[in-house]
Parts: sequence; C-alpha cells; structure tokens
Amino acid sequence: MKPDGLESMAAGLACPLPIEEDSIVQLAHGGGGRKTAHLVDSLFLPAFASPALDQLGDGAVFDVGGQRLAFSTDSFVVQPVFFPGGNIGSLAVHGTVNDLAMCGAEPLALSAGFVLEEGFSMDDLRRIVAAMAAASAEAGVPIVTGDTKVVNRGRGDGIYVNTSGIGRVRDGIQVGPDRARPGDAVLVSGPVGDHGIAVMAARSGLEFHTTLLSDSACVLPLVRALLDAAPATRTLRDPTRGGLATALCEIAISSGVGVSLDEDAIPVRREVRAACELLGFDPLYVACEGRFLAVVPAADCEQVLAALRALPDGDAARRIGEITDGTPGRVVLRTGLGSHRRLERLSGEQLPRIC
Amino acid sequence: MRHLDEYRDPVAIRSVLDRIDGALAGPATLMEVCGGQTHAILKFGLDQLLPERLRLIHGPGCPVCVTPLEQIDRALAIAAAPDVTFCSFGDMLRVPGSTGDLLLAKARGADVRIVYSPMDAVAIARREPDRRVVFFAVGFETTAPANAMAALTAAREGLGNFSMLVSHVLVPPALKALLGAEDCQIDGLLAPGHVCVVTGQRDYEDLSARFHIPIVVTGFEPLDLLSGVLAAVTQLARGEAGVENQYARVALPDGNAAAMRTVREVFDVCDRKWRGLGEIPASGFGFAPAFAHLDAERVFGVSELRVEEPDDCPSGLVLQGRLLPTACPHFGKRCTPDHPLGAPMVSVEGACAAYFHYGREAVAAEEACA
Repeated sequence: MKPDGLESMAAGLACPLPIEEDSIVQLAHGGGGRKTAHLVDSLFLPAFASPALDQLGDGAVFDVGGQRLAFSTDSFVVQPVFFPGGNIGSLAVHGTVNDLAMCGAEPLALSAGFVLEEGFSMDDLRRIVAAMAAASAEAGVPIVTGDTKVVNRGRGDGIYVNTSGIGRVRDGIQVGPDRARPGDAVLVSGPVGDHGIAVMAARSGLEFHTTLLSDSACVLPLVRALLDAAPATRTLRDPTRGGLATALCEIAISSGVGVSLDEDAIPVRREVRAACELLGFDPLYVACEGRFLAVVPAADCEQVLAALRALPDGDAARRIGEITDGTPGRVVLRTGLGSHRRLERLSGEQLPRIC
Repeated sequence: MRHLDEYRDPVAIRSVLDRIDGALAGPATLMEVCGGQTHAILKFGLDQLLPERLRLIHGPGCPVCVTPLEQIDRALAIAAAPDVTFCSFGDMLRVPGSTGDLLLAKARGADVRIVYSPMDAVAIARREPDRRVVFFAVGFETTAPANAMAALTAAREGLGNFSMLVSHVLVPPALKALLGAEDCQIDGLLAPGHVCVVTGQRDYEDLSARFHIPIVVTGFEPLDLLSGVLAAVTQLARGEAGVENQYARVALPDGNAAAMRTVREVFDVCDRKWRGLGEIPASGFGFAPAFAHLDAERVFGVSELRVEEPDDCPSGLVLQGRLLPTACPHFGKRCTPDHPLGAPMVSVEGACAAYFHYGREAVAAEEACA
C-alpha cells in the first residue's frame, strides 16, 4: 500500500536533517550505544590512529620486548556513589581488572586517579578507598600509582574515579572482538542486568525497592578457569554500558558474522525482569559489571561450562547461542514462542516510558 | 513470574494461534490501537506466527507520536525560559521539535528532569519554591487521572510555581476519524486495554454499532493480544459486530469511576491538533477554567506558537495504519532512532521504532528478495 505522493515526496528530499544535534556533547555520547560508537569512530580513532587502538577491544594489546601486554583505562561517574552491592571505588577496580581479563591478560598493576569536589565527605572518601583496597587485594592486583585533584564546589559530582591497568597476556591466548567464527558457541557467565537495575533502584526519585545487589565483581577467577579449559577462546567481552545486546552486536560487527541467540537460555533474575517490565526496559540492554560474554569453539563449550560452574560465581553460566554465517553484524534472538527478532546496539540511553 | 509467565506460555499461545487459523474465514485486517500493543506484537514476533491472511496494522495509540510539533516547540521554549525546571516522562525527551529535542535543550543548559510520576514534579515544586516547575502532561486517557491528581494537589496547596503543559488526547475521536474515512480498510479493532481501564468501553460500543465492526478490549501480553485477535476474527466469521472485553481481569465495562470524576473536575474536552492527523474536534483534554492558572501555555505565553508539521515525515499515514513503517522511503535511511524525522521513530511506543528496533526492515528486505 503506497499512498499517492509518497514517491514524489521522497524524490524531492535531498537536504539533510536540519537539527545540528552533534554540535555539543550530549549524555548519549557516553551511553555506550550507537552515539558513543559514532563519536569514537569519527573523532577519537582518526585523531589517535594506531594499530593497538584500532583493535577496539576492552583494552589495547601490544608487544614490549617480546612480551604481549594489555593496557586499559576506565573512568567512573556512577550516581549514587554508594549502591547495593558496591560503590564507585570497588566498581572502578573491578572495571579495569575485568577489562584486562577480557584481553586474556593477567593484570599486573593499577593506577587510581581521583577528581574530588570541594565539600565531599571525608568519611565517604574513606569508605570508597577502603572498598578499592579490598577489591584490589581480592583480585591480587596492586594499586601502584595515583593522582588527586580537587575542583570547586559545584564543579564536580562529589567524586569521579579513573583507573588504568596493565597486564600480561597469557601465553597461547589470543582473544579479540574480531575473532568469532561461524559455529562457535556464545556463553554468558551469569544473570544479566543486576548492576543497572540495582543502581537505578538506588537513585532518588524512583520509588521502587528491591533487595537486588549489583553484580559488580572481579571476573578473573572465572576467566582463568575458562581459558584453562578453552585456550582457543575467540572473544571475551564484559557487557557493561549497553548490556548484552550491544556487546554482541559489536562482536558481530567486528568479526563480520551473525549471532543467533536463544531468549529462553539467557539468564535474567526475576527481580530484574520485573523492574524492566515496570520501566519499559529490555534487560538485554541493561549494564552488568561482573559478567562476561565468551565466544568459544563449539567443541570446547561443555568443558568450559563445567569449569565455570565449578566456581562459586559461575553456577549460572549458560550457553546462550551461537555464531552464524548469517548477515554480518546481525544479532537475531529466537523468542520462547519460536519467532525471531533482531537485537540492535542501544541508541542513546534507555528512557522510562510514559505508560 | 506470576501474572506474566502465564500470558507468555508457548503451549497456550500455540493453541490460540491454531484456533485463529481455524476461525479465520478469509483475509482480514485488524488494527491494534495502542503503541504498547504494537511493540509487544513486534517484540514477541506475533506477526510472524499469525496466518498470512490476517494482517495487523498499527493504530494511532502512541501519545508521544501524536503530540504535534508545535507542542514540542512550546515545551522547548518553556524549558529555555529563566528559572524553569521542566519535568517530563523519559520518552518525550528525544522527540524532535523544530530546533532540537529536550535532551539537546538539557545539554544546552536547560534544567530538564525525567520524572516517573506527575506527583514527582509537584514534589519538586514544593521542595524548590524558587524554581518555576512545569510538567509536560502528555498521554491518552490512561495518564489523565494521575495528571489531574497532580493539578488538584498543586491547586489545593497553592503552589504558585507549578504549572502543566497539557497535551492530552482521546482515543475514540481519533478512531471515529479513521473508521469514517471512505477508503478505510479496517475490519476489526483491538481497543487499548489500559485506556479502557480508565474510561470503560461504552464509547467503543458506540463506535462498533456505528461502523459495524468488532472491537475487542485487549491487553498487552502475547496471549492477550492473540485472544483479542481470536475474538475479533470469530466475530467476523459469524458476521457479528460488537464489543468484547478480553482484558476483563483489569478493565471493567464502566471503567474507573473515581478516576474519571477526578479527570472531569480538572479537565474539559477540547479540540486538539494531532501530529500527522491534523485538528480533530473534541479529541483532547485541556484545563477547565477553574484550573487555568496552572496552564503553562498561559503562564509562559506560548499558546500562540504555531508550527506547521514538516511534510518530509509521513508519520500521519503510519499513525493511521495506511503506511507500514518499512514502506516509508526514509525508514532506516534518513530516519533512524539516532536521527529521527518524526516521533514514531523515537517513542518507546512508536511503530517505526518498533520496526527498526526489532529488525523488521531486514525481514522485509529478505521477503522482498524471496
């Protein structure tokens, strides 16, 4: 059904959208979705072009004196600073340790940079630093250098933390977002969306209460077990901003493959599903901070799952789908009803709906 | 999860699908009215499971989508005024006005806040007396009671710094316009369950009798939607035309009387301009005279702001079910969620957003090749 005038109307439309929405930075540029990707592709990559950067993994991997090193950095601006299951400090340590783990690396050392706002509670700062120390000790990765800046009251958001880290890539391990191959299995290490929903529930203004804890955690023990069981692992990715769907879309794009997922196999906690139903969110786009996705050769899958499930945090690890030779970059979800739908990268932030 | 899983049960769904197939006498076109229903249909892929001779077309029931451009421009003008805290539900923030959207206004320095209830905006006005707090009251009959309650509360407390930019629209007048069109192809309607929770189904009985079509008050879960379809096609096969209530667990025939009393106390029915559909008589709510002091259009002097809809977005045709989003020449090309030409591409309930988000352009392309 094509109404009159539509084709002629289309023909007469050459001028682009008049809205200059990218003349200033918007929140969505940091949301981890398509706008972030566009910013990285159009500004940062051309400006900083280097072979290590172009890998676009969770960190850069490069050779130093015959040794393969991984290097990663991440800034943390979470609000509220304290949330059920963690705080900005533990999150900052887990984030960078996990990014290094996603490079197949054993982390060696971390840095910690603090931007503090004048007037921030010293007690709160002590709690945050204690959490960082505990997370660093638990991961076995020391914080070896740091920096502190204080900005005027009103010019910050209480506290921002940056962590960077270096690690040594394990011998014989070669993982990257571009290495997934048709036939490989896609695994997730545990239920998705806990972190995003726990933080949102802790935000003021949203009057729902949950006992849900953030999944913020160090994934090193699980990744070690996985790489021991499957040294041929192709890809590791932590589904942080943009969630599982966005992370898999990026893998599909980088590797030039399709991904087929089984909706019923993807572990999502009841509380997370319920909160998402209320808010109109899709749990597959909600951030995790202590989970990872792995693409492994199908033959290694059962062995990997057994290794993960033997560990305390790995009991919910699941095979959720496979890499296909379908349309490159396309992630398709098989629903529990037998229909299919496509998963896209997140566009902007997920916004609560009207009704 | 209770109250959810039973409406997504594959065995029950398969059984209803079989019954639809059996009941369907010939080709039929049903319109689901509400954007929430459209999204559920596409999210669960129900359109892929239904018999091919049953066509579902998508109706105007997306409040964000039908809010006219000039109302977005009024919101942008108010948000940019000094000392204003502009409060809105989240999914209005990305709807394009003439010069940007509310998210961009926020990035430029406006105090734009996402709230989850109009009462949150009232609370902000109470807490921050130096701010001029404006709530963007958008929606169908579903959101009208809560918005009316916010206005009543602000009026009762004498909150001089609170006002509302009202853009309420009503479902039945829009349906009447669609069904009355000469070339109307709609054989039956799935009426919006949540609207009917508030209003009841009496207006739909009038529509059904007048246009002689089946109307089924329908919920939003897969089993709800398919049961609604089954009821409609069963009526069609029997040559019947009446109102049935599939959503009886929530929607009562006479609606929520207390909620409607509150709505009628605060709002009067008025003419409204709809994005893409133009002005429809008696198709919305505006403040009753006793609450005119809460009308942000008056408070900020923006009621004279008039803008013509751009003619490059055929959202009016999409909202009438006359153009499938994937048949729009701009779909997925000039118009994407990142660069929307019109509201249906960005709203959580917009049909274009549903087709884009759930990858229907790919399905359409593959079907075209086959």
